[in-house]
Amino acid sequence: MKKINLILQRFWQIIPVLLGISIITFLLAHSIPGDPVRLILGPRAPQDVIDAVRQQYGLDEPVLTQYFIYLRNLVRGDWGQSIAFKTPVLELVLLRFTPTLYLLIGGLVFSIIPTLVLSILGSANPDGWLDQTIRVFYTVGLGLPSYWLALVLVLIFAIRSGWLPATGFGNNIKEHISHMILPWATVSMVMTPILTRNLRATLMEKQDADFVIAGLSKGLPRYYIFWRHILPNSVLPSLHLLGVIVLYILGSSIVIEPIFAIPGLGQLYIRSVIGRDYYVIQAMTLVFSLITVTATLAVDVLTLIIDPRIK
Amino acid sequence: MADQLTTGKAPAIAKVVATRRGRLPFLTILGAGIVLAWALVAIFAPFLSPYDPIATDFNAILQPMSRAHPLGTDSLGHDMLAQIIYGTRVDLSMGLIGVAAPFVIGIIIGIIGGYFGGLLDTLLMRLLDIALAFPFIVLVLAIVAILGPGLKNYYIALAIVAWVPYARLVRAETLVLRNLEFVEAARVLGYDSFYIIVRHVLPNAITPAAVFLMTDIVLTILLGSGLSFYGLGAQPPTPEWGRLIAQGQTYISQAWWISVFPGIAIVLMALGFTLLGDGLAKQLKVRQ
Repeated sequence: MKKINLILQRFWQIIPVLLGISIITFLLAHSIPGDPVRLILGPRAPQDVIDAVRQQYGLDEPVLTQYFIYLRNLVRGDWGQSIAFKTPVLELVLLRFTPTLYLLIGGLVFSIIPTLVLSILGSANPDGWLDQTIRVFYTVGLGLPSYWLALVLVLIFAIRSGWLPATGFGNNIKEHISHMILPWATVSMVMTPILTRNLRATLMEKQDADFVIAGLSKGLPRYYIFWRHILPNSVLPSLHLLGVIVLYILGSSIVIEPIFAIPGLGQLYIRSVIGRDYYVIQAMTLVFSLITVTATLAVDVLTLIIDPRIK
Repeated sequence: MADQLTTGKAPAIAKVVATRRGRLPFLTILGAGIVLAWALVAIFAPFLSPYDPIATDFNAILQPMSRAHPLGTDSLGHDMLAQIIYGTRVDLSMGLIGVAAPFVIGIIIGIIGGYFGGLLDTLLMRLLDIALAFPFIVLVLAIVAILGPGLKNYYIALAIVAWVPYARLVRAETLVLRNLEFVEAARVLGYDSFYIIVRHVLPNAITPAAVFLMTDIVLTILLGSGLSFYGLGAQPPTPEWGRLIAQGQTYISQAWWISVFPGIAIVLMALGFTLLGDGLAKQLKVRQ
C-alpha cells in the first residue's frame, strides 16, 4: 500500500516539470529575433495571409494568452510549420522517430553489456593489472569526441575495408541493422567509459561497507562476498544510471546521426538549428525532454518497485 | 612526516607510505604535465609553429605527412601541424572561459538555496528538475540557434544552462555544513549570513564543485568543438580543432590526416584534465 502511494506521488511530481518544460519551449520560440510569421511565410507573403497566420497562433495577443494558445495547439497536434520542409512539424517529427529509437535501444544494449563486464572484472580485484588496464581504457575514452570517433570508424570499417555501409539507414530490418552497427559502436565507445567509471565507483564504495567486513570476519571468501553481497547491493544505486544513459544517448544522437546520414531526430535537430527552423527546434526540445522525463520516471518507478526496503 | 619516514627511521612504514603516495600522484603529475604542455604550446604557438596556420599554399594541397609538413596539409594547403598548434589557443581558452560563468552562478545558487532553505530552495530545486529534463546539448543548441553561431554565444548558452551540476553539488554540501557546530557558533556570535556564507560555508562547500570543474572543462571542449564541427561554434578561418575535423570530412577517403590529427589533439587535452580531476578527487577525498 505504501509502495503504491510512493509511486503515485512520483507521478504527481512530473506535473510541475511538464509545466516548466512547456514554459521553456514557449519562451524559446518567443525569443526568436524578428517576426516569426514572416520567417515561415517568406518575405513576399501577402499581408492578409500574414494576418491570418498571426491570428491562428495568437501572435497579436498578450504573452500569457499566447502561452495558453501554444498549450492548446500542442494538445490539438498543431505544432507549427517547418520553414525548411514546408510541412507540419508533428508529421516531420513522427516520421523520424524510428531511426533514433534504433540508435537508442541498440546504444543502450551495447553500452550496458560492456559496462557490466568491465566494471565487474575491474572491481572484483581492485588495483590488479586488469583493473589498471580498464582504468587506462576508460580514462582515455572519457575524452573521445563522438563525431570524430564516428568519422574514424567510417574511415576504417566502411571506406577502407568496405565491410559496412558508411551512411544511410536502409529499407528493411536487416539493412537497418547493418547500417546501425557503426553508430552503435560509436555510442558504445563514448558511453562505456562514462558508465564504467560510475559503476566502478559504486562497486568500490561498497567494498568498504560493514557487511563486507562482517563477511570477511566470518571467513567468507572474497569472491563470494562480491557476488553475493557487493553486487546485489550496488544494483539500486546504479539503476539511476539508466536514465542518465538515455539522456546521454539522445544528446549524442544529435551529433552522431548527421555523420552517418541517419534520418532520425538528431539529424533533424541539428539541421533545424543550422537552418534556424524555429518551430522544429521548439517541437524537438519538447520531444527530447518528454522522452527524458518518461525515462527518468520509468527508472524511478522501477527502483521503487524492486527496492525490498519499501513495503 | 613523509620526509622523516623516508630518511630511514622506519623503513617498513616508509615503503608503504612511499608506494601509496607515489602511485597516486604519478597520474596526477602526468595530467598536470599534459595540461601544462598544452598551455605552453598555446602561449608559444608563434615560435613552435612551422608555418602561418592560415597561409594558403596552392603548391601543397592535400599533401600526406612529410618532412616539410609533419602532419600533412589540408585542401587549401594549410599546414596541419601549424593549425593544430594555433588551435590549442582556441580550444584551451574555450574550455577555461566556458566553465567560468556556470561555476560562479552554480555556486551562488547552490549556496543560497542550501543555506537559507525554505520556499526559495524549493523554487530553485524545481528549476533544477526542469533544467534536468532536457538533454544538455539540446538546450545549448536551442540557445545557439536563437543567438546565432559563434563561440561567444556558446559561452552565453553555457552560462544559462551549465550551472546546474555545480548548484547541486554545492547545495548538497551546504545542507550538511549549515548544521555543523562551527557554523552554528558563528551564528550565535552574531555574524550576519553573508559573512558566514563567504568565510565559513563557501570554503568548505566548494571542493566537489572544484573537482567537477575538471570534468566540466573536458565536456565544454568536447561540446564546443562539436558545435564548431557543425559550423555553429568557432568560425573560419579560426583553426579550432573541431572545425579542422569538419574540413577534413569531405576529403576523408583521400586525406585522412586532416580529420584524424585534430581529434587526437582533443583526446590528449581531455586526458590531461581528466587525470588532473581524478587526482584532485583522490587527494581531496571527493566522490565523483
